[in-house]
Amino acid sequence: MKHFWTFLFLLVPIGGVATFMVAPYFNIWLPKDVSEHGQTIDNLFMFILYLTGAVFIATQFVLIYCSWKYNGETSKEPVSFSHGSHALEIVWTILPAVTLLFIAIYQMEAWADIKMRPPDLKPIVEVTGRQFNWDFRYPGPDNELYTEDDIVRTDGKLYLPYDETVVLRITSADVLHSFFLPNLRIKQDVVPGMEQIMWFKATEKGEFDIVCAELCGWGHYKMKGRVYFVDRDEFEAKLEEMRQDKEYHASRHRRG
Amino acid sequence: MSTVTVDAHSDDHAEHAHASGFLRTYVFSLDHKVIGLQFLFSTLIWFFIGGMLALGIRWQLAYPWAPMPILGNLVGAAEGGQIAPENYTMLVTMHATVMIFFVIIPVLAGAFGNFLIPLMIGADDMAVPTLNMLSYWFMWPAFLLIGGSFFVEGGAAQGGWTAYPPLSVFASQGQTLWLLGVTFVGISSMMGSINYMTTIIQMRAPGMTMFRLPMTIWAMFITAILQAFALPVLTAAGFMQVADRLLGTGFFLSDGATANNMAMASGGGQPLLWQHLFWFYSHPAVYIMILPAMGMVSDILSCFARKPLFGYKPMVYSISGIAGLGFIVWGHHMFVSGMNPMLGMSFMVATMMIALPSAIKTFNWLGTLWGGKIEYTTPMLFAISFVSMFIIGGLSGIFMAATPTDIFIHDTYFIVAHFHYVLFSGTAMAVFGAIYFWYPKMFGRMMNDSWGKVHFFLTFILLNCVFYPMHILGMQGFPRRLADPYQYETFQNLLPLNQFMSVCAFLLVGIQIIFVINFFGSMFFGPKAGRNPWRSNGLEWQAPSPPGHGNFDFQPIIYRGPYEYSSPEVEEDYYPQTQPPPEKAEESSV
Repeated sequence: MKHFWTFLFLLVPIGGVATFMVAPYFNIWLPKDVSEHGQTIDNLFMFILYLTGAVFIATQFVLIYCSWKYNGETSKEPVSFSHGSHALEIVWTILPAVTLLFIAIYQMEAWADIKMRPPDLKPIVEVTGRQFNWDFRYPGPDNELYTEDDIVRTDGKLYLPYDETVVLRITSADVLHSFFLPNLRIKQDVVPGMEQIMWFKATEKGEFDIVCAELCGWGHYKMKGRVYFVDRDEFEAKLEEMRQDKEYHASRHRRG
Repeated sequence: MSTVTVDAHSDDHAEHAHASGFLRTYVFSLDHKVIGLQFLFSTLIWFFIGGMLALGIRWQLAYPWAPMPILGNLVGAAEGGQIAPENYTMLVTMHATVMIFFVIIPVLAGAFGNFLIPLMIGADDMAVPTLNMLSYWFMWPAFLLIGGSFFVEGGAAQGGWTAYPPLSVFASQGQTLWLLGVTFVGISSMMGSINYMTTIIQMRAPGMTMFRLPMTIWAMFITAILQAFALPVLTAAGFMQVADRLLGTGFFLSDGATANNMAMASGGGQPLLWQHLFWFYSHPAVYIMILPAMGMVSDILSCFARKPLFGYKPMVYSISGIAGLGFIVWGHHMFVSGMNPMLGMSFMVATMMIALPSAIKTFNWLGTLWGGKIEYTTPMLFAISFVSMFIIGGLSGIFMAATPTDIFIHDTYFIVAHFHYVLFSGTAMAVFGAIYFWYPKMFGRMMNDSWGKVHFFLTFILLNCVFYPMHILGMQGFPRRLADPYQYETFQNLLPLNQFMSVCAFLLVGIQIIFVINFFGSMFFGPKAGRNPWRSNGLEWQAPSPPGHGNFDFQPIIYRGPYEYSSPEVEEDYYPQTQPPPEKAEESSV
């Protein structure tokens, strides 16, 4: 067992790669994506995963090779008395620099699309983070927020039409929260005193988790919501139903 | 220069002569080696406390809301050992606080910086020994404030180690103590960093040019610069938050701020301002927490590969580059904070670029191993594992540097995996290696190498079992700082994996007993070490083990850099920095 430590270090790339290969069989992976832009994020994630994976394997194998070949107990070769190599330094500076710059430029378009090019639409709902709940305010028939006919819901259930781009106005009533929809690859901190908009297009019907991803106090763990993506018709019907709901109608006035 | 040294020396002797009582020698010592060891012991104790806090977190993630046996009371859980949600947020906050401010920063700069800088540059002490002593004693108010905050009403800080307002402004008393404690750590670091810079610039032995300094010293030097320039911002921000909490200002509060069933009259501020100020310090602090470890690993690798460090100057330029770029990447912590996305883009480019110097360093470490004659001593194993683990921690950083992927993995366990690979698998492993390596110089005895290897083997296996699966947790979006993630449908299937990780975490902490016994036992039973047990070139190995007051029993004169292993000029495979070249030796004998 003169090469015991080489075998130990060999476990790193083997275990490292195996973990990612086995994980999908245990259903541990990027959660199901139901958004239009999510594919871009997932592709970028996988691209970086393969790229860093290749670098990971290559560098680990150089390390393992050295630990085996130049093991002082077995190696008969004299030590190469070298202080470095100018040519090598240039190669391993330029190669990663070019790769990193490539990633930097390659992902700009996606970032700009998700964050910097808002569609010309009015917000379909206002989301307010509040210790420890997500509140939703729909503009009602006049399509204007903060008017008499607004529909306010505090039950943590968000209804949205699928297959169309929706704009959400998001803010916070007290501390920082983060509006995280894992299945839509969306996460945005909400900041009191700051109104932000976010937009996305769901491509499937269904119900998904709304997670608070920013520590917001003792009840952070229970600040849980659900989002329901439905047909446009169903959505309109749901809005009408919520508008008729006397209890919530009253709560709107209470909140002023 | 030499006259200055001699003067300082005689002063020291005068002082030493009339004040050599127990208190002056071991408690209020001015000797950099004693101060270094004081830092080392303090940080090791806090390392244990921080580890206990981590176990509280791991228990809750594996067995949510189940009473925690035995340790429950130690980690501040409620009666019966159940971890209440506010206790959980306290655990995550204080685990990070303790590990960062009381362990990693003081063990690198405080313990090893203090112990090694004068020895490695050939000085008899720090430039300002009194300031050095104060830098240790200013840690104590911090220890008392933050340690004591566990016992005040409402408990210790619960706003995360990042202390984001408005939550932190509305938090209970523990937060004020936390802010004051961190400020004292800052004062201590500031005193240390001024001293380190002055000492390294002014007190090098004759012949010790800047480019003959070991990488450890270069890293300490750059770290000191980072601290000196970044800390004032954190200190100012800390006082602003204290003012918001106690004096009714509103730097970080928007109009009409209410939270935690409290309202604040003030407003007109901006919560994001804190994040900018905090990360302006805390991003450079990330490098404060890794650069000295990199430096020490470089020295250990070269010594046990019996080969010169590959690319010394590129290494120096790399850490300088990291220091420069380190000041313009803080915004990558804020990609989804609500900061202008345009600004995010420029921070993204700077962040991608800062990966470059780290890559260059990694390649140079591999180059150092290539063609060497590796001796697998315990310190060497820790050093090699640092390189292996740092590759993982470095590469996972690229995922979050890329802004679109960061949207998804921000605040998930992917981040937790990333910084634990850098800070535990990286820095902590380097610190273990450094302790095994410099222990003979500190205490004059060797640590047990076989038990050191057992310690290394178990730690290496277990840490990967604890931290590697965090990558795939994060890939599924598993959020950090969440007391009970399993109530979300998306994360329910992750419970068994978390249980496995927690079991490994408990084992990982448990087996550290091997290290503790080896560390303390070797002080009494370890074989006596000579001056240079590792046949190392470093200047510190020419001093007696342990070095007496004033360090060197001769005037060191430096002829070369510290990495001339296996030089064809000499018979042995090492060539100490103080050994005159052969022709010079002949001249002097004639």
